[in-house]
Amino acid sequence: MSHAIDIDLHREGPGGLETEEMTLNMGPQHPSTHGVLRFVVKADGEVMRRAIPDIGYLHRSIEKIAEKVGYHGFMPYTDRVDYVSAMQCNQGWAMACEKLAGIEVPRRGEYCRVIASEFGRIASHLISVGATGMDMGAITPFTHAIREREYINDILEELCGARLTFNYMRIGGCAWDLPPGFAKRAIAYLDRFEPLIDEYDELISFNKIYVERLANVAPITAERAISWNLVGPNLRGSGVRYDVRRDVPYSAYPEFEFDVPVGTGERGTLGDCYDRYMVRMREIRQSCRILRQALEGIPAGPVVAKVPRTFKPAPGAVHVRVEASRGDMGWFAVSDGTAFPVRVHIRTGSYAAMAAIEELSKGLMIADLVAVIASLDIVAPEVDR
Amino acid sequence: MSLINTVPETVVTTKVDDLLNWSRKSSVWYMLFGLACCGIEMMQTGGPRSDLDRFGAVPRATPRVSDLIIVSGTLTLKMALRTKLLYEQMPEPRYSISMGSCANCGGLFQLAYSVCDGVDKVIPIDVYVPGCPPRPEALTEGLLKLQAKIQQERWLVRKPDGAAAA
Amino acid sequence: MDADGIHRALREKFAGAVDPDWVAGEWPIVTVGSASVAEVCRLLRDEPALGFDCLSNLSGVDRKDDDRIEVWYHLLSYRHRHQVALRTTTPRLDPVLPTVSHLWPIANWLERECWDLLGVRFVDHPDLRRLLMPEDWVGHPLRKDFVEPDEYHGISTRRESLLKL
Repeated sequence: MSHAIDIDLHREGPGGLETEEMTLNMGPQHPSTHGVLRFVVKADGEVMRRAIPDIGYLHRSIEKIAEKVGYHGFMPYTDRVDYVSAMQCNQGWAMACEKLAGIEVPRRGEYCRVIASEFGRIASHLISVGATGMDMGAITPFTHAIREREYINDILEELCGARLTFNYMRIGGCAWDLPPGFAKRAIAYLDRFEPLIDEYDELISFNKIYVERLANVAPITAERAISWNLVGPNLRGSGVRYDVRRDVPYSAYPEFEFDVPVGTGERGTLGDCYDRYMVRMREIRQSCRILRQALEGIPAGPVVAKVPRTFKPAPGAVHVRVEASRGDMGWFAVSDGTAFPVRVHIRTGSYAAMAAIEELSKGLMIADLVAVIASLDIVAPEVDR
Repeated sequence: MSLINTVPETVVTTKVDDLLNWSRKSSVWYMLFGLACCGIEMMQTGGPRSDLDRFGAVPRATPRVSDLIIVSGTLTLKMALRTKLLYEQMPEPRYSISMGSCANCGGLFQLAYSVCDGVDKVIPIDVYVPGCPPRPEALTEGLLKLQAKIQQERWLVRKPDGAAAA
Repeated sequence: MDADGIHRALREKFAGAVDPDWVAGEWPIVTVGSASVAEVCRLLRDEPALGFDCLSNLSGVDRKDDDRIEVWYHLLSYRHRHQVALRTTTPRLDPVLPTVSHLWPIANWLERECWDLLGVRFVDHPDLRRLLMPEDWVGHPLRKDFVEPDEYHGISTRRESLLKL
């Protein structure tokens, strides 16, 4: 005598079987979450219902420290806001202070800043591009990217003595002038580096497996990208031609010619992971273009303006924006006339990208979550600060 | 009669402890545990220029197969509890390197309210590498120091008080 | 639209809530009463001529001396390429503001962060939990009178400091 099977095969789910929501934990220690990020994934088999980000594992209270150490003393901490491309963070803080106090930066100082920032951008995009490759299962592009990053580290080390956390900029300019012969060596490096970008393109960008893994994954429309406050390459990947360097000009950027690459949906849908990846590859070329112009046309003069050691700006609040490697970085600083700021708030690109993941992950495969994180180029300290 | 003349040249005589330690120190697999800034330098130490692979150290993704945990970067209080859990998941014998000022003593972030000032409050540490962040050469030096420490361990001979040396 | 036009448009609809003066600058500052922040934001987003489609930043400032908490909204319009900063204040003892998370999704996290670090309660927020600090953390660390606890889950937070500040 057989027992009746107590499962109604047509109760739920496309396969006819009742399925149960599964909760998976990803992180905070995970080899492909780009630092300490944690996701609680609610999955139905291989398909995610949603991935809930849990952040704060690298919250180092940088904003509170700013209130304790004063304006000059905060500069080394800005390096650690985004250690992958620290130069632009330096610049953001310096610009916020300069705006509070109304300080004019000498033109050579602005050029030095541009040179340092653009080298930082290349180094950061190299990590991003290489890590995307590694997250998709290809180790080789990562070693190529790290190899080139080492050379850029050498150049920046020559400039400011550090490989990662530069502390190069000062309120009113830069700490040091370019060392003798720097421009010549930097251009020689660019001559060697630029052909290598084509090599990367051949190695991974047009690799069929790689394209299949990224194209059509998690497309973001322009309207959604804007309402989520996605910035930088993530916004441009969705086809919005907006770059703070061009649209809200600062520093010496108006003096240079460069294009703002945007995603075109060349291998799939507009705003998919592949578009965001390709925007970064193209931005590396544009950075090289800016660097050549800056290194050749650098004017003579001092690099730093005279700024009193006890820096006490007038009471007020400023919000400045710089185009960091992960996009529009907003520095909000409030002064009350003393030597210590009342409040510093840093709005970063990764923060917005991380907030978008919960919505973005609905209906994706679990394996694609890694592609989404990599293509949004999320760096943990920027999210948590 | 000398022992050397009785065995062929292909045979090496050594102590069991030395052999064990030599093989252990030559395959120190470290866990990918990049917490903060130092994590990038750790990646570059494993990269093509510094190539930590030369010393038998290759990155592993999970604590279950790792011998070494390199705590590279700022340890926040929220992360400290997880770090302890990860360390406990590693099989014995296990080693730990504290990389960078933040992991050593809190470093720049001693002023912070959310940072654990030193990873040694949570797990035992074998080697401290100073720097903010340490250069790849410094981390390599730290690994060599750890290897020297491993080479001196005694596994078969027990100490007089009965506790295993290690 | 220039800053004067934005301010005039707001004054037309919310004469009582919007301050008659505004501060010029790269981000023109308009002061708004705390109760009507959400309606003002809705107008700024939905009125086609204003078209603020992006909330760029939301920051809280603890003004301990004045016994109030200031909250700043930095709004951005990609369509019209103009920007404005809204400033509102709320009492320090019981800071309450209406949520804007239904207008811009990013406000969800920015408001959670503001709650976590400064203790501003956003009414009708769908999920007002701590964002950066652990769930069991006590206090709001960016308040000026926050005192660091001596230990957290048995981990001492004190160490002989070499930095004397």
